[in-house]
Amino acid sequence: MDLMFTEGDRAFREEVRRFLSDNTIPEIRQKLAEGLELSKDEIAAGTRNLYKKGVPTWPQEYGGTGWTLVQQYIFEEEVRAFPALVKLGMGQDLVGPVIYTFGNLAQKQYYLPRIANATDWWCQGFSEPGAGSDLASLKTRAVRHGDHYVVDGQKIWTSSAHYADWIFCLVRTNPDVKKQQGISFLLIDIKSPGVTVRPIHLINGSHEVSEVFFDNVHVPVENLVGEENKGWSYAKYLLNNERFGDAGVGISKERMRRALELAAQTYVGGERLVDQPSFREKVAELEVQLKALEITQLRAIANASKQQQGVQDPASSILKLRGSEVEQAAAELLMVVMGPNALPYTPDEELGSRNEPPILPRWAAKIAPTYFDSRAASIYSGSSEIQKNIIAKAILGL
Amino acid sequence: MKFDLSEEQRLLTESVERLMLDSYGFGDRRKYGGEVPGFSEAMWERYAELGLLALPFSQEYGGFSGGPIETMIVMEAFGKSLILEPYLATVVLAGGLLRRGGNEAQKTELIPLIVNGRAKLAFAYAEPQSRYDLFHVETQAKKQGTFWALSGVKTLVLHGNVAGKIIVSARTAGGTREKNGIGLFLVDVHAPGLTRRPFLTQDGLRGAEIALENVRVDESNLIGDPEGAFPVISRVADEAVTALCAEAVGCFTKMQAITLGYLKTREQFGTKIGSFQVLQHRAVDMLVELEQSRSMTLYAAMMVGEDNAIERERAVSAAKVQIGRSSKAIGHQSIQLHGGIGMTMEYSIGHYFKRVVMIDTLFGDADHYLRRLAALGGLRSESIN
Ligand SMILES: Cc1cc2nc3c(=O)[nH]c(=O)nc-3n(C[C@H](O)[C@H](O)[C@H](O)COP(=O)(O)OP(=O)(O)OC[C@H]3O[C@@H](n4cnc5c(N)ncnc54)[C@H](O)[C@@H]3O)c2cc1C
Repeated sequence: MDLMFTEGDRAFREEVRRFLSDNTIPEIRQKLAEGLELSKDEIAAGTRNLYKKGVPTWPQEYGGTGWTLVQQYIFEEEVRAFPALVKLGMGQDLVGPVIYTFGNLAQKQYYLPRIANATDWWCQGFSEPGAGSDLASLKTRAVRHGDHYVVDGQKIWTSSAHYADWIFCLVRTNPDVKKQQGISFLLIDIKSPGVTVRPIHLINGSHEVSEVFFDNVHVPVENLVGEENKGWSYAKYLLNNERFGDAGVGISKERMRRALELAAQTYVGGERLVDQPSFREKVAELEVQLKALEITQLRAIANASKQQQGVQDPASSILKLRGSEVEQAAAELLMVVMGPNALPYTPDEELGSRNEPPILPRWAAKIAPTYFDSRAASIYSGSSEIQKNIIAKAILGL
Repeated sequence: MKFDLSEEQRLLTESVERLMLDSYGFGDRRKYGGEVPGFSEAMWERYAELGLLALPFSQEYGGFSGGPIETMIVMEAFGKSLILEPYLATVVLAGGLLRRGGNEAQKTELIPLIVNGRAKLAFAYAEPQSRYDLFHVETQAKKQGTFWALSGVKTLVLHGNVAGKIIVSARTAGGTREKNGIGLFLVDVHAPGLTRRPFLTQDGLRGAEIALENVRVDESNLIGDPEGAFPVISRVADEAVTALCAEAVGCFTKMQAITLGYLKTREQFGTKIGSFQVLQHRAVDMLVELEQSRSMTLYAAMMVGEDNAIERERAVSAAKVQIGRSSKAIGHQSIQLHGGIGMTMEYSIGHYFKRVVMIDTLFGDADHYLRRLAALGGLRSESIN
């Protein structure tokens, strides 16, 4: 047993650091450091740079780096710390692995390179107004007519739909069987006639999610992944990957770092907040939770490395559950540091344009919006209650 | 022991709740927020007609001589509707400073204007480095003949964007963090040397940052003792905190009711989500938080009139701790139990959440007040008997 990364891993970390400082566009680094939002073009350019050596999470044969899970973890951590770019996610992490695991040769050849070089952006069309936690009750219909499906229905909470070129959807292809057995996994060009994307604004004012409507949308049958009516098992594979990646250790570490940085510039009762015993205890408390999460994640990684690809690991639910709680606690800690100064709401345009030197770092203006937004972490990709139901059933056998 | 409202207090409750019910739904609020000052001038007039702007002032200036319980009643109703108007800034804060610190001439001139809705005021207490300490005052006031010259920066001035006059705390003597040597000055917003930068708050309200550069204030606009204003400031802040606790209780009441309603209507897995025991227990936790908050707000309202500053501050601090903790507990649960819909701008729950979180940061968050209460020796159990 050894908690230390191997020499090889440490060398890899150094290599990643060099790679990031040679390849990150300075304006992107600056914007990320200040908490400003990136434009679509910036994200695309940043992603291309970051994936020069291939997609970190993919096998080599599909345009991936072929890195081990530990190397992927190190890469992600360094990207966050630099900061370089928060990855696109939906294409690389969600649909890509589904395509190379369950897709046919033509699909692999067409879609994977376009995801890897950020040509195509993807979004996830799973949830519906009536099918959130009970995802399998989804109603969006796909009816086969010769060489195409006709899709009708509605998706909701679709992240990044307004940026996306493609949407991968769970659709009902057989309404007459047990609900999990009539679902298929379909790839839909979001520019197809009959698709409408309508924005939803979140409580912090951001536009991150949308509603997506399908009205008589024609989708070629070759866009079906795997077999018809087997979509639920592909979705479970995808959700498992999603949750595995949701521990958010990198995000929480970044939040903690910022909280300490700001606390060192904040005076309370004549002393620095960072020197105040009650604050230090709060920080230490959270550090314990974060360290425990990190080691739990590393254990899960070590475990997963031993198993074959595609095996579902209920530990992913533990990581997602605890990860979202720690992320939220770190967002709350930042609120404590920000104190009364959390009150003003500064739109992004103004953040960049004020010319006098700011009293606080510019990213401080994002602390309250980030805290509000952090509440979604225990709702998306399966709410905390649902994760607990899964753990109770799959791990505890209750 | 008696927690019942008097007949007049009951009538006040009914009339303000009726007004809110008729004119301040969630859709109305959205509309008012889009109007030019960021709130409804028409509603402000309605408050004047109903006497709400007159509430805490004594009758000789056109007021109703109401106390903290009356303010609590009104603020709770306001909290349920998440009002946008500058009631706290004008009536509770600036009005409180005038009431407790102003001289005859100032009260005779200004209070009737507040009462009939023609004057909006604000109180500029915060500074870039002051955090929650009201005595941390760097803004300077220098006596020059019959004038005072004010220079400095005031931040986070609640509704400072719409106020015609702003009461500014400034240092007349002593060091930055001394309680002695602070004066209060009534400053016209059009005075030369005063600039305002308005801002929107996280919870949809308004404020301004105010820079003062040698702003001349006539001696007649000095409120109270030029070096001894701190006790008045501290007392009015306690009244404002009590009012904010009541506003939060109004918010909590709605958050609990809206969430409960959702549990009873939303279906997943072929059943109402309210039938899941784990969610039932969360709904119960929310109710417990709400009742604890209501109790502590009543406690603060009954104690805030106390002349013994220590007793008063203990009670108010304790209430603010409870409200701050409950803001998180109720806020987090109410969003969680809604799922995705709770995170949207279009739905009301997130707006309540943002408001109660901001109430926590006003004058001091739960951690701050907990430290303050501990420093005051805590709440000794014998103080309730
Ligand atoms: C910011 C954000 C981004 C998102 N992005 C995407 C996306 O890109 N693509 C996508 O498809 N979806 C996305 N979602 C949707 C997300 O997956 C759903 O919101 C989530 O699955 C919950 O569904 P719901 O909102 O319908 O809530 P509901 O399922 O109605 O849940 C309401 C409450 O009931 C609880 N509950 C439900 N069933 C049970 C049960 N059996 N036992 C105990 N408690 C239960 C839930 O935990 C929750 O507290 C996103 C959501 C958010 C907020």
